[in-house]
Formats: sequence, C-alpha cells, structure tokens
Amino acid sequence: MTVLDFAFYLFAITTVAGGLLTVVSRNPVHSVLWLILTFLSTAGLFVLIGAEFVAMLLIIVYVGAVAVLFLFVVMMLDIDFAELKAEMAKYVPLAGLIGIVLLMQLVIAYGVWDVAEGVVVADGLSSIPIPADLNTAALGLVLYDQYFLMFQLSGLILLVAMIGAIALTLRHRRDVKRQNVLHQMWRDPAKAMNVTDVKPGQGL
Amino acid sequence: MIGLEHYLTVAAALFVIGIFGIFLNRKNVIIILMSIELMLLAVNINFVAFSGFLGDLTGQVFTLFVLTVAAAEAAIGLAILVCFFRNRGTIDVEDVNVMKG
Repeated sequence: MTVLDFAFYLFAITTVAGGLLTVVSRNPVHSVLWLILTFLSTAGLFVLIGAEFVAMLLIIVYVGAVAVLFLFVVMMLDIDFAELKAEMAKYVPLAGLIGIVLLMQLVIAYGVWDVAEGVVVADGLSSIPIPADLNTAALGLVLYDQYFLMFQLSGLILLVAMIGAIALTLRHRRDVKRQNVLHQMWRDPAKAMNVTDVKPGQGL
Repeated sequence: MIGLEHYLTVAAALFVIGIFGIFLNRKNVIIILMSIELMLLAVNINFVAFSGFLGDLTGQVFTLFVLTVAAAEAAIGLAILVCFFRNRGTIDVEDVNVMKG
C-alpha cells in the first residue's frame, strides 16, 4: 500500500464518517463541525486527484463561508433542539429503508458501468493520473475563455442571493432608540437650554 | 491502486447519507439544509473524479458553478429560516402551513 492509497483511504473514511455523524448528531453545533470535517477531507481527496484549485475553493467557500453561516444561524436561533431530536428514532426505519434502496440502485448502476467507445482516458481509470501542468492556470484558461458567460452569470446568481438574503432578514425595529444625526446637528442651544438664576435660600 | 470506482463509491456513500439525513431529521430544517450540502458535495466529487481521470477540465469548471449555486442556496435557505423563526418561533417543518397548501 503506497502513501497515495493510504491518504485516499484516510480521507475517504473521514469523509463518509463525517457525513454520517453530521446527520445523526444530536447537537446541531456538533453537526456543523462534522460537516466542516467532511468538507476538509473532501478537499484532501480533490488534492489527491490533482484538482488543487477546486480543493482550496472548497475550503474557502464551504468551510470559510457556508459552514460559518450555518454555525451563526444555529447559535443565533434559540431553539430547543432536544425536542426536535426526540422523534428522530421514529423515522429511522423509513430513512434506513430509503437509504438502502438507493444504495442498491447505485450499486446496480455502477455494476454495469463501462467507458463508452471512443472516449479517450488520460492514464487509464484504475490509477490516479499525474497532472500535466498547473491546475489553476489550466482551469483559468478554460473558465475565462470557453465558459466566460457562465462565469458572469454565476456572479449574477451570487448578487441575487446576496440581495435576497439581505431583503429577507432586514427588519426595522420600532421599539429601539436610534441616533438621528441631522436632528442632533440642527439642535439650537438657545432653545434647548434654559439658564435660571436661582436666589440663595429660595430654590426653584 | 486507487481507481475511478473508489471515488465514485465515496460519492455514492455521501449522496445516500445526504438522503438518509433528509428523511431522518424530518423536523429540523437546519440539518436538512446540511444534508442537501452533503448531496451537492457528492455530486462535486463525481464531477472532479471524472474530470481527473478523463483528463478534461470541464468537470472542474462545473464544480465551480455547483459550488456557487450551493453557496447561494445556503444563504437564501438560512435567510428564509431566520425569517420563519422570527414569525413563528419554531423551525419545525411540519409547522410550515401558513399558506394552507
């Protein structure tokens, strides 16, 4: 067993175990942390296959943005998660059945799978190919040339998502005091202040 | 030797775990969103594995797009979740019946 094989099995087992623990974990914060572990080990799998740029993107986008967003939401909402998890045991048989059926279907599908005629395979499908040149540079040449329109459109999708998220979560609370800068600047000392000359021993 | 089928096996296992999670956590929307992320990750593994073994970068380009859509989906989904929690005080999927659909 070479180092490559060992690394693959390590990352693969971590990925699957992390995914499974994400789903069955009782505490949602732990779920998010297991999800982060899954993403990190998947990034390791991508590095093994020579897709460094996608691997780093996975770490930056998923771990850095999406998982932290999940973590914020889980911690922000004041929910009794124990109550939500209480009925989980009820769904285990159905979920397990559907999972096993789907797994069987995938096994059957992969059992008869074969490479089509005329498809050129890099170094054969049974060993990890050695990448020819820098992955990031090659990806940039393809992305900014052949898929330029799609690249711009994905930016548009992100813009729409940002606007939508802000529009959904923005709210104006009526019951808090706010600072009105113009109101403060227009304030006149002559109207706002009243100097009273108090005689000794009399008071107001 | 690690072949394409090894990667496809990992992706298939992760996809099935994602579906399993959706049916297991019928009440908790946050875990359901995480399960959807797991399924999208499985698809990404498939794309990258085929891209690497066939020596074609198009798969990795599509992984970028899937990643973009997944990030947008997570942001919108969590925003809807926060909005729903403010209005109803719960994230139980079975309570989503305001529109009587």
